[in-house]
Amino acid sequence: MTLFVQQLANGLALGGIYCLAAIGLTLVFGVLGFPNLAHGALYMLGAYLTFFFLTDFGLPYVVAILAAAVVLALLGVVLERLVFHPLRNKPHTHHMIATVGVMFFLVALVQEIWGTGFLRMESPVDGQVSVLGAQVSWQRIIIIVTAVAVLLLLTWFLKRSPHGQAIEAIEQDRIGAALVGINPSMVSMVTFAVSLALVAIAAGLVAPINLLSPGMGDALGLTVFAIIILGGLGSLPGAIVGGFAIAIAEVMASTYISVAAGEAAIFVILIAVLAIKPTGIFGAVAQR
Amino acid sequence: MTTALSPRALGVALVALALLLAPVAFSEQQYLLRVVTTAAIYAIAAYGLNIILGLTGQLSLAHGAFFGLGAYTVGLLTTDYDWSFWTSFLVAIVGTTVLGYVSGLIALRTQGAYFAIFTMALGFLVFITITRWESLTHAHSGVSGVKYPESIGPIDFSEPATMYYFVLLFLAGVVYTTHALLRSNAGRSLVAIRTSEDLAKSIGVNVAVNKQLAFTASATIAGLAGALFASLNGFIGPDSAGIDRTFEMLLFLLIGGLGTVMGPLLGSLLVAFLFEMLQDLETYRFIVLGPIIVLLVIFAPRGLVGYLNDLVPARFRRTDTTLSAEPLPAGSTTTNDEVL
Repeated sequence: MTLFVQQLANGLALGGIYCLAAIGLTLVFGVLGFPNLAHGALYMLGAYLTFFFLTDFGLPYVVAILAAAVVLALLGVVLERLVFHPLRNKPHTHHMIATVGVMFFLVALVQEIWGTGFLRMESPVDGQVSVLGAQVSWQRIIIIVTAVAVLLLLTWFLKRSPHGQAIEAIEQDRIGAALVGINPSMVSMVTFAVSLALVAIAAGLVAPINLLSPGMGDALGLTVFAIIILGGLGSLPGAIVGGFAIAIAEVMASTYISVAAGEAAIFVILIAVLAIKPTGIFGAVAQR
Repeated sequence: MTTALSPRALGVALVALALLLAPVAFSEQQYLLRVVTTAAIYAIAAYGLNIILGLTGQLSLAHGAFFGLGAYTVGLLTTDYDWSFWTSFLVAIVGTTVLGYVSGLIALRTQGAYFAIFTMALGFLVFITITRWESLTHAHSGVSGVKYPESIGPIDFSEPATMYYFVLLFLAGVVYTTHALLRSNAGRSLVAIRTSEDLAKSIGVNVAVNKQLAFTASATIAGLAGALFASLNGFIGPDSAGIDRTFEMLLFLLIGGLGTVMGPLLGSLLVAFLFEMLQDLETYRFIVLGPIIVLLVIFAPRGLVGYLNDLVPARFRRTDTTLSAEPLPAGSTTTNDEVL
């Protein structure tokens, strides 16, 4: 039982990370209609930026994450303007190839600046807390609490604020939204900014419990794609449910079966979903 | 068709002549010949990707994995199991064909973005399997001592020039296949699918079967290239199955020209020499290449061959092919009436 509670806490913490990263990806898909294959690389960049602000600038942990989020949000706007806006009338294959180019660039850039080796980020909050007899580190509790807070904030943003409502409108009907005076370019920029800020927060949260390396985004990128396919591309509730489901499946499979089974769980889920119901659990709703 | 020698035919003849004479030109520089041979192998693999991406318009990111599967089949069979190259080579080709067919059955249930993600997952799965199944694949230590093809009579494949011509033979084969495909009904069906799947269906193209065949063919060609690569290189590691391989092939295709006959070859040769020149700048390489990919899709999606074709005077252009009559979506990747 203790082991189960322990692993459940780990699964929830991992799920929080996955959710934040997956929502960013699913938002971009919903608004622009293509999967951002550079998402994993951007996550990696977010982790390195948090590390940079924390160690080289000596900023407090929370400020460092926020600074990384702001930098990535700005990068999102720049990418939308320079790369994806010029491609807006091209086939989606072109967008995907462009995201591959961006990914190449980011990974090489990080390798050049911080080297190819692993980096360790000191955990800002040490210690553990006892929950139902299991020892859960404060960092994991911070992750879960922050993830939930960010998700609530995001829901408010998308449902209540004008910018968020514009995003939803464009997702539902691009032409219709443009007809009622919503500027699709503006919405694309905001979406990219929000998406990249979310992935930076996810990366900043996970950085203290994982090692940093230029390749750290590869596995996450794929997991996040599995999540949004499971939930349905473009679906927000799908990303949340999928994020926690995959994280818990991964943690439980690696605890009770083997570490390899944990990794395989993601692929098994991904292949099963694509083979049986490619639109995902919430896909039919989200994609009309 | 005109009876006069068209500039396009002249261009193809010149490239062919240059490739045939390469061993003579590089007879003093074995290293450069090896670079050209490797580039030719990558070009073969790029032709595979060209069929599924360039002609059919489906972005398959599992291509590097099929290359790796071909390479590992030959690599492991000729070393750990001491098979001859020729049997292993055959097994590699048949094996990747079967795997391509089977994975196509599932992968092609999906479309567009889903297809790209699924094939990326497939590629990653192969890579993970290779790095984790240490007892079979030696994981990160790789496979060394892969055999050269055994001599057939007087033909000795350990001779670099012989190996080069051996690879060139397959290269000529895939170039001709692409050329013939574009002029066949099957090729036109693929282009119709690229243009619009629904439209293709409405005029009676069997989309599912054609996509399945294109995907299988592209996997076979990638596997073949991988098998040749393992033999030429003598050593293979997990990198040869990685997703970076797929992306490099994508780069060759983009630079040469998606969906064209000569594009993959010109792109591979050009990039191979660029890589050689940038070798000292190993890490900077992708800092430069990433933005180049982005710039290419934005400003020059038709690639080198697309622009070379613009230079061909109008009187030499083909007008008798139905490809020219097909509407292409805005920003479509290929020239239509003049697919070189």
